[in-house]
Amino acid sequence: MNEKRIELSTPLDSEIVKSLKTGDMVYISGTIYTARDAAHKKLCELIDAGEPMPFDFRGAVVFYAGPCPAKPGRPIGSVGPTTSGRMDLYSPKLIENGLRFMIGKGLRGEEVTKAIIEYNGVYFAAIGGAAALMARRVISSEIVAFEELGTEAVRRLVVKDMPVIVAIDSKGNDIYK
Amino acid sequence: MRIVNSSDITELVEKLCIEANCVITEDIKGCLGDCMKRESSPLGREILGTLVENAEIAAEEMSPICQDTGMTVVFVTMGQDLKIDGGFIEDAINEGVRRGYERGYLRKSVVNDPLERINTKDNTPAVVHYEIVPGDVLHITVAPKGFGSENMSQLKMLKPSQGIQGVKDFILKTVKEAGPNPCPPIIVGVGIGGTMEKSAILSKKALLRQVGTPSDKPHLAALEAELLEAVNSMGIGPAGLGGETTALGVHIISYPTHIAGLPVSVNIGCHATRHAEGSL
Repeated sequence: MNEKRIELSTPLDSEIVKSLKTGDMVYISGTIYTARDAAHKKLCELIDAGEPMPFDFRGAVVFYAGPCPAKPGRPIGSVGPTTSGRMDLYSPKLIENGLRFMIGKGLRGEEVTKAIIEYNGVYFAAIGGAAALMARRVISSEIVAFEELGTEAVRRLVVKDMPVIVAIDSKGNDIYK
Repeated sequence: MRIVNSSDITELVEKLCIEANCVITEDIKGCLGDCMKRESSPLGREILGTLVENAEIAAEEMSPICQDTGMTVVFVTMGQDLKIDGGFIEDAINEGVRRGYERGYLRKSVVNDPLERINTKDNTPAVVHYEIVPGDVLHITVAPKGFGSENMSQLKMLKPSQGIQGVKDFILKTVKEAGPNPCPPIIVGVGIGGTMEKSAILSKKALLRQVGTPSDKPHLAALEAELLEAVNSMGIGPAGLGGETTALGVHIISYPTHIAGLPVSVNIGCHATRHAEGSL
């Protein structure tokens, strides 16, 4: 673990992104989007069909998460990362089409690492299971696409100091290897 | 014969669904704290601290520990001198799950069919395991299982000639392949013996044992200690980001088996390995 505390705001600056190193603890503030298995499948189907995207994810941060229902007066229920490997099939296509940053947990395939290097992206790991704590870092949540998917719908979250760790940096260094 | 009303079963299951999902058991929480003191990786210590803090927030707010509030696994032990009035026991259990997941703001993660995959929107049906025991008490354990860890579990029908070494190799291989995915530090539940399905159920049951309590069979207790040490020297660590706290415990349950077989099941539990129990 590097000793520095790094705070980042969205949209993430591409020069700062290049300076991030595997193992850095980073606190993200700003706008991120949730999307997991079903939303990834739908986004790729839209790309294949040449259809417009339901939201602009160019340069965006996507969080692999399906939250719990929000209690009254709260923006969101418990929310934490799901296993990223299930998104490996879709991620390179989304990265080619503008996605740059991913937050999840666990191992990624080689194709994803290649796309991260090619497009100056980063894969961040959030702490699996720390979902009550992470919900407190979410200021607002709004469904922006695929409402019919329930917990798997795409949500635009505004977050403050979301704690994540650089798992694969823009050079392709992988904390899990 | 003692009578238990099915509406009391529903009420108990509803309460246990919420409790299991929001409150980490004291033994696991204590173990996370102890491991934090011993962990040599600074990032590992920070992650263990975050998990303890998360557990405290969840219990205080009665919010789910994890967004994956799981498929609801229910273990029922039913005294044979007991009669249930007011309806079928499994309907009563599923009604409790339905109410608990609604009232507790828990995520509904169950699909109607593994291939058609339409969300049932109330987290039913539960997976229920029944055991008939002497006496007149109905005991229920609710153990919601998230699939980050469930997907990393494995079963193997070994040959008897592969013996204890084969068992060790398979358990360690399973943990290694799981790597960071099941939200370590994990609990490794192992079922050895019986038939295919018996070993699988035992491996899930093993997750419910109080963490740090060894098997009452000396040869299994020794194997648990040896495997825990081996797992914790793999370097996977908290959240899979390195360190020596990969597992909080290895729990093994065995059962007699066939002369030609050596079934082994490994069920991986996450850092919270959620469960709550109660009796009627």
